[in-house]
Amino acid sequence: MTRDATVQKEQSMVLQKDMIAAHFKRLANAKETGKKVVYTFVPGNLNELIWAFDMLPVHPEINALQSAMRKKSSSYVIEAEKFGHSEDVCTYVKCDIGMLKKGNIGPTGEKLPEPDLLLLSYTGCFTFMKWFELLKQEYDCPVAMLHVPYQADGEKTPEMIEYVSKQLREEVVPLMEKVSGNKLDKGRLRMLMESSARAEENLVAVWESAKNKPSPIDAYFGGVYYIGPIFSAFRGLDVAEEYYRTLREEVDARVEHKLGPITPDGPMKDERYRLVVEGPPNWTSFREFWKMFYDEGAVVVSSSYTKVGGIYDNGFRHDPDRPFQSMAEYCTGCYTNLNLPTRIQYLQQAIDDYHADGFLINSIKSCNSFSAGQLLILRELEKRTGKAGGFIESDLVDPRYFSAANIKNRLESYFQMIDAKRNG
Amino acid sequence: MKVSEIVARCEELYSDLHLSYVKEWKRRNKRKAIGYMPIYVPRQIIHAAGMLPVGIMGAGDTLEIIRGDAYYQSYICHIPRSTIELGLTGRLDCLDGLLFPAICDVIRNLSGMWQLMFADKYVKYMDFPQNFNESIGGEFYARELEQLREDLVKMGNKPVGVDELNESIIRYNANAKAIKDLYALRSDAPHRVPTYELYLLMRASNILEVSEHTSLVEEYLSAVGKEDRQELDNIRVIVTGVFCEQPPLGLIRALEHSGCYIVDDDWVLGARFIDRDIEVGDDPIRALATGYIKHGVATSSRYIDQEEKGRHLLDRVEELSAEGVIFASPSFCDPALLERPMLQAALSKSNIPYTSFKFGENSGQYQVIKEQTGTFSDSIKLWGTA
Ligand code: SF4
Ligand code: SF4
Repeated sequence: MTRDATVQKEQSMVLQKDMIAAHFKRLANAKETGKKVVYTFVPGNLNELIWAFDMLPVHPEINALQSAMRKKSSSYVIEAEKFGHSEDVCTYVKCDIGMLKKGNIGPTGEKLPEPDLLLLSYTGCFTFMKWFELLKQEYDCPVAMLHVPYQADGEKTPEMIEYVSKQLREEVVPLMEKVSGNKLDKGRLRMLMESSARAEENLVAVWESAKNKPSPIDAYFGGVYYIGPIFSAFRGLDVAEEYYRTLREEVDARVEHKLGPITPDGPMKDERYRLVVEGPPNWTSFREFWKMFYDEGAVVVSSSYTKVGGIYDNGFRHDPDRPFQSMAEYCTGCYTNLNLPTRIQYLQQAIDDYHADGFLINSIKSCNSFSAGQLLILRELEKRTGKAGGFIESDLVDPRYFSAANIKNRLESYFQMIDAKRNG
Repeated sequence: MKVSEIVARCEELYSDLHLSYVKEWKRRNKRKAIGYMPIYVPRQIIHAAGMLPVGIMGAGDTLEIIRGDAYYQSYICHIPRSTIELGLTGRLDCLDGLLFPAICDVIRNLSGMWQLMFADKYVKYMDFPQNFNESIGGEFYARELEQLREDLVKMGNKPVGVDELNESIIRYNANAKAIKDLYALRSDAPHRVPTYELYLLMRASNILEVSEHTSLVEEYLSAVGKEDRQELDNIRVIVTGVFCEQPPLGLIRALEHSGCYIVDDDWVLGARFIDRDIEVGDDPIRALATGYIKHGVATSSRYIDQEEKGRHLLDRVEELSAEGVIFASPSFCDPALLERPMLQAALSKSNIPYTSFKFGENSGQYQVIKEQTGTFSDSIKLWGTA
């Protein structure tokens, strides 16, 4: 059965909106309901484990990006700088600290509960460690450190997986048991992981739909919505499974009707440029930024940012039969935990598989994890693919580093470059 | 040798970006040299493999960066671009490999860049555990070290067994002892050991074969005892945040000339990273791992779990009777700059004055910084606070 293509987008969006609202409600009521709250990071997160303990996750990066979309991040960043944080460092951290200093009011206007546990999954970014060391100064709660080694030679070795699993089994789980007051419910963990795998399967199908011409999705600007449930608090839950099932049906219907992606100004008509994008988006002017693309008929067919939480299109699925190894593989496999040569290969493959006309790097001032080395990525990809490479700069949540005119100019020249290549 | 001769020798080593000493050492010994980035690597294993460990800490302010800048955006610190410049201009050709310690995302990503740009060289990212349980993090790290040992055995065609490792451990323990004495003398009598000289001696430890360096430090200690140096009315400060990209020499001089005796610092920290002797015994790899896990110094790239943040710095202030702390951080250095507010909070709680600035290894202007630290020094002298 296919759905009516014109209403489909709405359904998945409504589902997502509802699940987010319900989660913030749960968080707001956490103290009354006695639920324990875990602050943790997005990349390679241990969502199944958190829910197996019936704890509630909070992701500071998501709070930061939502603050930016609601135009609050600027004042939070400035607040953190008032408290001695340097203008040079990651603005996600400053946005979070500023929000905390201003009362920790979450995106729905309700105060976020304090954490009972800081689950420091140290994956793909050094700054995470400093971030939770900073939060540790603010909260009187234990920290569970999960150190995830870097894929420096482009592979997850058995030793890495054993190291991570051992930390999970011998340190993280016992601490979660202590904080939650519950023993790990292995049956529940299994069910959550089974559900994750099903949702992951559907998300991969959504990504792969972009191989069609026209692409029914924008895998960057639309993609950041698609990763919302799976990379945040919902992977493993029925609501997430339902969301990805619905989304996949919607996308399948769009493919059937040969429709392009839906943008904030309605369905995109004419697909003129197919792009692969590397790097996170800017959140403070997200719509304006997106518009610069769809106005020109540019659609992103694959992006690395949407793999920052975990990569599924290489076949990884959460495996309930090997829960700890599987979680360890997931953590180790996030995009920013890959070495530069592997990142380049990944992008090159995407350019080929998704029949892209070119690739674009949005280099983020805040983020050394993504940005250091991107100019080499640019050169290598140009050399290897012969496709047009573009390079723009902005920031995640600090509006001082988003120059619309400058970015627009660069994009215009970039699209001209693609045209010139096409015309030979 | 006289102090001036020792210092001149170190100055020469410091400014020789072509690494003539390394080339000469390789020619004489017919052996390989392995470079490493800050902060720390287990040099004992390289030494035991008959190779020369060579610390690379950027290019200071003497090298014009022409190609390195094309690899980095303006908002990334300076050391990776000068390292790339050194590589692309052939100045690092004498190194057969380069180790990249896990201290931040910039050095981490540079390891992958090196794999691509210098594909004929050995590249290893040294992943340090952030789990300090011996049976978990210790086990993981021992495997990392074992891997390094195996790689170097293959490269060097020389067995690296227990005896070789123990011999190297003994030499590095002796070196650490000499450096400890050097730091102790500076802190006891800072007018005798100007930081400019100490710094150059420490930088020499990046290049010289370890025993040669130990002898040089010992010679310095004996020579400096014979020199009559005048004590000034300076305040005693600790400099922190300088564990990776280094300030230019001129800036170090400027700090000293602004009324500050530096009694502790964290530059060239790799030579003092494990705060006691590594055990000599049947399992030297395990001993190196244990040294790191149990006795590594507190620095930004090492996760502090149980201890109160800033405890180490507070203890150093007390032990060394420091009157203030100078936070000197490279611009755009996330590890140093994110650490800073936590350390500052700890100092504030204990009423210990501090001042802070940022620098780049190629900064040419120190006047503003000199005035700032001069004012800091004056206010402590006058009022005991900044
Ligand atoms: S440096 Fe990048 S990956 Fe790390 S916390 Fe900041 S934005 Fe996230
Ligand atoms: S100066 Fe700081 S950010 Fe730059 S490479 Fe060194 S530790 Fe990393």
